[in-house]
Amino acid sequence: MGVLIDKSTRVLCQGITGTQGTFHTRQAIAYGTRVIAGVTPGKGGTTHLELPVYDTVHQALRHHEIDASVIYVPAAFAADAILESINAGIKLVVCITEGIPILDMVKVKSVLSGSETLLLGPNCPGAITPNECKIGIMPGDIHRSGKVGIVSRSGTLTYVAVNQTMEYGLGQSTCIGIGGDPLHGLGFIECLEMFEHDKATEGIILVGEIGGTAEEEAAEYIQGNVSKPVVAYIAGVTAPPGKRMGHAGAVISGGKGTAKQKYQALEQAGVATSRNPAEIGAQMRGLLSD
Amino acid sequence: MNIHEYQAKAIFSRFGIPVLGSHLIKHGDNVESFCESLDHKAWTVKAQVHAGGRGKGGGVVRVMDKNDLESAISDLLGARLVTNQTDDEGLPVSAVLVEETAQISRELYVAMLVDREQDQVAIIASAEGGMDIEQVALQTPEKIITQYIHPATGLQSNQIREIAYGLGLGKKSQFQQLHDILLKLFEVFVSCDCSLLEINPLIVDRDENLLALDAKINFDDNALFRQREIVELRDFTQENSHEQSARELNLNYVKLDGNIGCIVNGAGLAMATMDLIKHHGGEPANFLDIGGDTTQGKVEKAFKFILSDRNVKSVFINIFGGIVRCDLTAQGIVDALQKVPLLVPVIILLQGTNAAEGRRLLENHHKDIFLVTSLVEGAQQVVALANS
Repeated sequence: MGVLIDKSTRVLCQGITGTQGTFHTRQAIAYGTRVIAGVTPGKGGTTHLELPVYDTVHQALRHHEIDASVIYVPAAFAADAILESINAGIKLVVCITEGIPILDMVKVKSVLSGSETLLLGPNCPGAITPNECKIGIMPGDIHRSGKVGIVSRSGTLTYVAVNQTMEYGLGQSTCIGIGGDPLHGLGFIECLEMFEHDKATEGIILVGEIGGTAEEEAAEYIQGNVSKPVVAYIAGVTAPPGKRMGHAGAVISGGKGTAKQKYQALEQAGVATSRNPAEIGAQMRGLLSD
Repeated sequence: MNIHEYQAKAIFSRFGIPVLGSHLIKHGDNVESFCESLDHKAWTVKAQVHAGGRGKGGGVVRVMDKNDLESAISDLLGARLVTNQTDDEGLPVSAVLVEETAQISRELYVAMLVDREQDQVAIIASAEGGMDIEQVALQTPEKIITQYIHPATGLQSNQIREIAYGLGLGKKSQFQQLHDILLKLFEVFVSCDCSLLEINPLIVDRDENLLALDAKINFDDNALFRQREIVELRDFTQENSHEQSARELNLNYVKLDGNIGCIVNGAGLAMATMDLIKHHGGEPANFLDIGGDTTQGKVEKAFKFILSDRNVKSVFINIFGGIVRCDLTAQGIVDALQKVPLLVPVIILLQGTNAAEGRRLLENHHKDIFLVTSLVEGAQQVVALANS
């Protein structure tokens, strides 16, 4: 169970022969993910990690059925790799790559909106349904199958949230890293909707950060549409305005996007919030045992 | 990345966006002979710094004759300019733009930026130019015109009409000028990978000509790899020297005002660490994300870098090992300690992959290194040590 990906998900890796692609594909296979094939232009016809490699995504699809593609292509070429998977009609595209030019993402979003494809990322750790399928760069062994769905804009903070659910014996249904870029695919609302309808998920942890208004919109959505308990944490209360805090999207601009505004919106919507990431687990356990 | 007004105006000119005639003088040039070469008339002298609020800060001076011109230039060149957008030290003025003066009849505002909610480039215009646009947006939002530019169509004629009539530029000759300027602006935005482009004010002069009186351009850092000419325009003297050396070391760093150094893997966790320090009464000295693919060498670099900040009274190293292995982080710290003397106490929290091995490497390693087992404990201790 869980959302987005499970043990039946067949995965293609774009950029499989690169350092990142090789390392993380090996880890994914070891975790049990059904990685079917890889794509690297110019390496078609070879094998890598005992998997067939194709020149293009279309070529791979002629030989295999694919449900999801994961992208480890360098930033200069990553937007085109996303478009290639959208063009090929792949249902889920997970883009790990950080540093894609924002105007490239404007084009991607425009094509994406007219397609059937779901995009996760870019600049994200990926998604994992514990004991079933891991697509991305998170360490598999910190996860256990369980009842909390996690959706987060930050990689390492997702691991902290995972760790919190472990400490309180809750486990995770699915963890989704939606990424730290200002323009990205799946957002909080889509993930909340999936978790709300997922039988395995009993509670949801939402990890946000400064920049944009996604958390404010999520707050409004939760109030009207989510019956399961949600615990939210927002990073960046102390971030100065106008400074980019690591992630391209983590910046307070024109007085918009502060952690204070986000906490306020969430609390007004009746969402449980935490000022300390090390309290998320206890809070979630409290809400689940009510 | 930011550039100076004179550089932005050079880009405007290249694309055919009208600006006033001007001359640039740099620090070290002969002011007297520079002034000799100019006509005897009114000029506007503008300090070139990467900050707004120059007018109120004394960085924009109107002069009526050559004597005033010379002294205005000499006063600014080589000085530091403090505005409401700089810190107390201000920014060095190493170039001054001497510009013709305009007969202004109207001041308008035009900007372009990528809107993260609409996923498109937004064009924002207002008839209230020359003012702080954020205040205009806050107090009189009806005076702001916004249009979103679809990547497939570019800026559409109907959108330009919407803006032109909204700005009161319906008259044929003015409409045509605005039409040209906006299309060219969008061309600049896309072909130079801008993240913000702002003309405040865009003026209408007494002869009904439209001109960019000021120009501000920011560029998308992620796209600099394909903007070689733009990268050449970077002026490092306008950037925080500490942040600059961090960039050279490939560290993701932001300088802050406090005295507690932070070394963390992951941007989110780095912010969370700062927040907790503040929550427990301390002040972080920096944001530093050493990244998800951290090697031993990078930890050593980051550690040495943070210790070189004289404001730092204690350090919090917070690593959640995923792909990053805690034992490698610990080894990086051990290596750094052999090269730099440790003058401040260091709190270390290692969690996740190989945390136990990492802790073993650091246990009893140095009298000023303290291992903690939780985020809260770490934050409390590092604050206590900074204050003691």
